[in-house]
Amino acid sequence: MGVLSKITRNCNHATLLIEKKLITTLSLRERIFLRIHLIGCDACRLYQAQTTKIGQMIKNLFNESPGVNITLDDEVKKEMQERIEEKLNKN
Amino acid sequence: MSNELDPHHWVKAHADYLYAYTRARISDEELARDLVQDTFLSALEKVGSFEGRSSERTWLTAILRNKIIDQYRKKSSGLLNADVQRAEEEQADFFNSDDGHWNNEPAPKHFGIDEYDPLQSKEFDHILMKCLKKLPALWMSVFTMKHLDEEQTDTICAELKLTVSNYWVIIHRAKLNLRACLQKNWI
Ligand SMILES: [Zn+2]
Repeated sequence: MGVLSKITRNCNHATLLIEKKLITTLSLRERIFLRIHLIGCDACRLYQAQTTKIGQMIKNLFNESPGVNITLDDEVKKEMQERIEEKLNKN
Repeated sequence: MSNELDPHHWVKAHADYLYAYTRARISDEELARDLVQDTFLSALEKVGSFEGRSSERTWLTAILRNKIIDQYRKKSSGLLNADVQRAEEEQADFFNSDDGHWNNEPAPKHFGIDEYDPLQSKEFDHILMKCLKKLPALWMSVFTMKHLDEEQTDTICAELKLTVSNYWVIIHRAKLNLRACLQKNWI
């Protein structure tokens, strides 16, 4: 396999670089690899667009205010405070 | 006003908050409850180190956060966890094993996400959530620290005891799985 086809064929590595690029700055070598790869690879160009969107969706999902209805039962809370008092009394 | 601790009111004042904080990071209800209880009890042993510079809630949350990271770390200790293995098997045929090129069937195809604007609508959050739930716990911990706590890569690696290259592998595999899951389930 020639040097060029190692770059143009390796979508596994190209998609890793796409993910890395969304978070950090790529090295020169990595940037060159990705640029050459994407020129000829429709699938990875599509991957890049889709994974960028998925990243935004994940971000939105995590940033929704956490459910206000996530609370503990009164019974559980009562028990929790009892264990605190127990431990306070021991000291 | 300097902050003071009042253990007699801890549960009433903070238990629901701490529980919701935990459940946003750990889905297991029972484990989340235990971590909150455990936080109060460890806090009692540390009251001497409370200097009143932060609020009682901030101080308790910091103790809880360490316990949550401990849980995450337990999951990262065995990189060959069964759930990681299963997820990796799912993508074993994504790329040609000789040259790394996409195999025909799993390669990205156009689907609904291409016309979808996540900033305008949350219509497909439930599909995303369903796909996230299938990820290995360790991969999910990485996403949670990155997106919920907005931690930097080096902090996440240090706290989860991951090498940086391991981190990229996890992000890569997690996104490959998510994208494939979305393509399959998008309506
Ligand atoms: Zn490619």
